[in-house]
Amino acid sequence: MNLNIKYFGLLAEISGCTEEKLEFNKTSVSELMETLFEKHPSLREKDFQIAQNHEITSKEMPVTENEIALLPPFSGG
Amino acid sequence: MSRYSRHIVLSEVGPQGQALLSSAKVLVIGAGGLGCPVLQYLAAAGIGTLGIIDFDVVELSNLQRQILFGTSSIGMNKALAAKNRLEDLNPTIQMNAYPEKLTAKNVLTLFDRYDIIVDGSDNFATRYLVNDASIITDKPVVFGAIYKFEGQVSVFNYLNGPSYRCLFPTPPKEGSVANCSEVGVLGVLPGIIGSMQANEVIKMILGFEHVLTGKLLCYNSKTADITTIKVKKSEKEFEKVHALKDQLIDQYPESICEINVEDISAEDALNKENVQFIDVREQDEYPQIDIPPNLQIPLDILEQNLNRLPPEKEYIIFCQSGVRSKLAVQLLKELDIQHCYSLRGGALAIVEHLKIKT
Repeated sequence: MNLNIKYFGLLAEISGCTEEKLEFNKTSVSELMETLFEKHPSLREKDFQIAQNHEITSKEMPVTENEIALLPPFSGG
Repeated sequence: MSRYSRHIVLSEVGPQGQALLSSAKVLVIGAGGLGCPVLQYLAAAGIGTLGIIDFDVVELSNLQRQILFGTSSIGMNKALAAKNRLEDLNPTIQMNAYPEKLTAKNVLTLFDRYDIIVDGSDNFATRYLVNDASIITDKPVVFGAIYKFEGQVSVFNYLNGPSYRCLFPTPPKEGSVANCSEVGVLGVLPGIIGSMQANEVIKMILGFEHVLTGKLLCYNSKTADITTIKVKKSEKEFEKVHALKDQLIDQYPESICEINVEDISAEDALNKENVQFIDVREQDEYPQIDIPPNLQIPLDILEQNLNRLPPEKEYIIFCQSGVRSKLAVQLLKELDIQHCYSLRGGALAIVEHLKIKT
């Protein structure tokens, strides 16, 4: 399926873009993460949550939506 | 009531709504980039009791975004400086300034005195402490956080909604996420995010329906994009906090202010002979201190500069107010530099002492 991956904060600096298209043929969110880690290795060390179609999801879930977002925590204030 | 006439004419507010605002008690954690606009709008709106906790002092580099303060506030404690300014903005409300660090020891008593907590802190340790204490005391938290050109806003622990830990269960590794002083931040951004937080506080007090709970609002000031992400409540995260309730104090390291290292007063330090002063503040911090022999090595690069410090020498370390210098002394002792002291009260105490002398 054709995914649109959105990167927030520091993650956009690592991937070099705020969003990118990705052709994904596997099933789970964790497999999607592996694909993204191969593409952008520094992502692996970062803390973030994953959202599918604007809702926080977990790694065990299947990828069912096209819209994926990677959200890191911000500490600044 | 003419002070609030533009609120009162709104049918959604009216005199009853304004009375609700006047009887509300709100505590703002941190009078920094986010805390400043939150405090300004809440004071102006006539929130009856407004608490401000911040242990830090106003620095020149804060004025680019913390526009509650002016040049004359430099060197003053932020909570006290904010109170001074806000008393002019609205003398009819009760303002409580706490010029101290929020710690596991004071957090529960402090939260008990207020209805709503606003998180404008600048580090994860405080954010998780605020989350856990808000669950224990059952208070809603209006959360805001920023990074360079982006901000996050949400309302946690409100009407059975999720908490910060439901979104981010565990604190990231120390140092893995940089703060504003390290990476920079667009000055307007905390103004926007802090104003959104103030807006949520007012909506909650007035009983509006669509409070930003159960979702995280992400704002990008470069693209003007707003994305909202749904966050579900995780009972497990609440249970974890309740289970740790009695150990809250053990969960969080003692306040840095309580680190026990050898310290020295400004007077004794300046009377000492054959000592090397080390200023561990950043280059642009004010006031500049010119007491020879004085080395300037910011705390974060102190370890790399160890070769400049012969171990047999005696050192007096100072920073702005005496917090970072304690960390520096702790670090130097670990690196086998035994004769070092932290200067109590930092550069501000040196300036005070020199003033008295002249």
